[in-house]
Amino acid sequence: MDLYEHMGKDLFRAHGIDVPRGIVAETPDAAAKATIALGGRSVVKIQVQVGGRGKGGGVALCATPQDAAAAAERMLGSDFKGHHVSRVLVEEQLPIAQEFYTSFVLDRSTGEYLALMTAEGGIDIESLAAERPDAIRRVHVDPVLGLRAWHVRELVGTLPLEAREGAGEILRRLWDLLQDGDATLVEVNPLVLLEDGRVVALDAKVTIDDNALYRQAHVADLMDQFPIDPVEKRAKDAGLQYVKLDGHVGIIGNGAGLVMSTLDVVARAGAQAANFLDVGGGASADTMATSLEVILSDPAVDAVLINIFGGITRCDLVATGILEALDRVDATVPIVVRLDGTNAEEGRQILADAAHPRIVPAATMLDAAEQVAALVTGAAA
Amino acid sequence: MSVLVGADTRLVVQGMTGNEGSFHTLRNRDYGTEVVAGVTPGKAGQDVEGIPVFGTVADAVREAGADTSMVFVPPRFAADAILEAADAGVRLIVCITEGIPVKDMAYVRGYLRGTRTSLVGPNCPGVISPGEANVGIIPGEVCAPGRVGLVSRSGTLVYQIVHEMTSRGIGQSTCIGMGGDPVHGIGFVEALELFQRDAETDLVVMVGEIGGDDEERAAAFIEDHVTKPVVGYIAGFEAPPGKRMGHAGAIVTGSKGTAAAKAEALEAVGVRVGHDPTSVAALVAEALPD
Repeated sequence: MDLYEHMGKDLFRAHGIDVPRGIVAETPDAAAKATIALGGRSVVKIQVQVGGRGKGGGVALCATPQDAAAAAERMLGSDFKGHHVSRVLVEEQLPIAQEFYTSFVLDRSTGEYLALMTAEGGIDIESLAAERPDAIRRVHVDPVLGLRAWHVRELVGTLPLEAREGAGEILRRLWDLLQDGDATLVEVNPLVLLEDGRVVALDAKVTIDDNALYRQAHVADLMDQFPIDPVEKRAKDAGLQYVKLDGHVGIIGNGAGLVMSTLDVVARAGAQAANFLDVGGGASADTMATSLEVILSDPAVDAVLINIFGGITRCDLVATGILEALDRVDATVPIVVRLDGTNAEEGRQILADAAHPRIVPAATMLDAAEQVAALVTGAAA
Repeated sequence: MSVLVGADTRLVVQGMTGNEGSFHTLRNRDYGTEVVAGVTPGKAGQDVEGIPVFGTVADAVREAGADTSMVFVPPRFAADAILEAADAGVRLIVCITEGIPVKDMAYVRGYLRGTRTSLVGPNCPGVISPGEANVGIIPGEVCAPGRVGLVSRSGTLVYQIVHEMTSRGIGQSTCIGMGGDPVHGIGFVEALELFQRDAETDLVVMVGEIGGDDEERAAAFIEDHVTKPVVGYIAGFEAPPGKRMGHAGAIVTGSKGTAAAKAEALEAVGVRVGHDPTSVAALVAEALPD
């Protein structure tokens, strides 16, 4: 889960990391008032779960409360890289002497944490890494050892002398946040040295591990604040793995890999998936019914493809679930069904006996993809 | 012959007394796996259909001679269960549990570096050597003994692709479900190394998906160390960036971890990459030595 900047900064503050004073605003008027409270000048920043705000016009330096209101007016309700902007963060302007960059990220290929530090601030770290890799200090931190003093000395050694102590302290506290807070990424871009010698985190990008939300209750509570597609919400409430996509073929399958593969095969057959939906292992009749309800509630769906390979999941139960769902919802689109694996014969027989007008049986995954593609391209024509 | 699990495997199941645990333990035993013990703290002395339950893995090793552990423990206790098994000296741990916090897995992986224990998983379907032993939840009925080694990040794609191969009369030496989590045990590189060394494996199938760089590192390893033919498949060409596709590890980050880049890296080192599970089985049939 990617946190908004202001949420990340709340976590920074809770861990003793110095950040600018700031107030969240959801209206231009609130942005103006916040600017007055911060001394008459401010920085207004959109809050979205995506980077690149500085270059993309998502950050405004405001010399007066009226400027701040105007900036907020322009930002609120707009769309930034596909993300709806519903709030801005209004912060105090600080006298900056120099900008740096630091981050910790879980390196999935080694299972260690990778810490980065560079004395070049306000940059795109990926381009810098490609163009001048020597400008970046890198340290791998073994999670069993934890962050040690020599790691910190190595990292801050690339900074000017007057920033090293303050930056070192921030590194130690970021590490604590990473460990106590189950973060998989903390990034500060820029980390700044102020004219008065303080080192402050001017930005905060924090990603929290979804698997750890059960022990990060205060973070889990924040999830309600993120915009979510209504169909996606319904699926989530039902405990289904669902991702909304742009096409017109509703997809249901069991297992993340098989569902991804189904999206690909449908695309190769000339149609686009409307969603990713994994019913998981051991899917029951009820799970099947709920999944179908979720998919059919999406107006973009012109046809459905159900692709089940029964391992632990039994195809006879899947077939029963599909029929139950069709009793509960009024399907107006065709549903192509491919069943294979455990009890597939029984499942196919159940569907054949029911002879439901919307159900189109398919023998193989490729056959199913071709049939569903033909159905939606026909519907579009 | 086979890799990781076989006729000589002596299995202990951590979490055997739970619903899922007992169901799959008995299925594994029915398949022919030698299940010698279960472990559930506080339930020592009980049994599940004749399989004795111990309070610790150390007891199961000492008293029942267990050398391999399968973990069916809920996510918040699973990392500890893996550490306990490694500490008790089992040579292989297969962790089925899904949803373990990645910080816990990073710690486990750091600890295992200093031991001789191997880990498969977590969030995986397990390992099967057809005709010898099944440790996990892969349906044994779809497999057949043979000479193709398979390793996959996805569970259902193991079933799908194995089914396609078995239908064509192509059997398997061992199928490894390495799991869909970002931090995991044995990966493509380790599996390829095992299959390359295994005299009874003629060809390797590797099934990847979006996210991370496991496939790219496998490609580099294949170029330098693998002489047997390799057939690949990558799922997730249609996955948009930034969206997690079910598996915790299946996410395209910016321009990194795309299916296209992975397929390209594999093809560049001579791996034949199929467009769909059916064509993978066809490529295997073509590439298998007579």
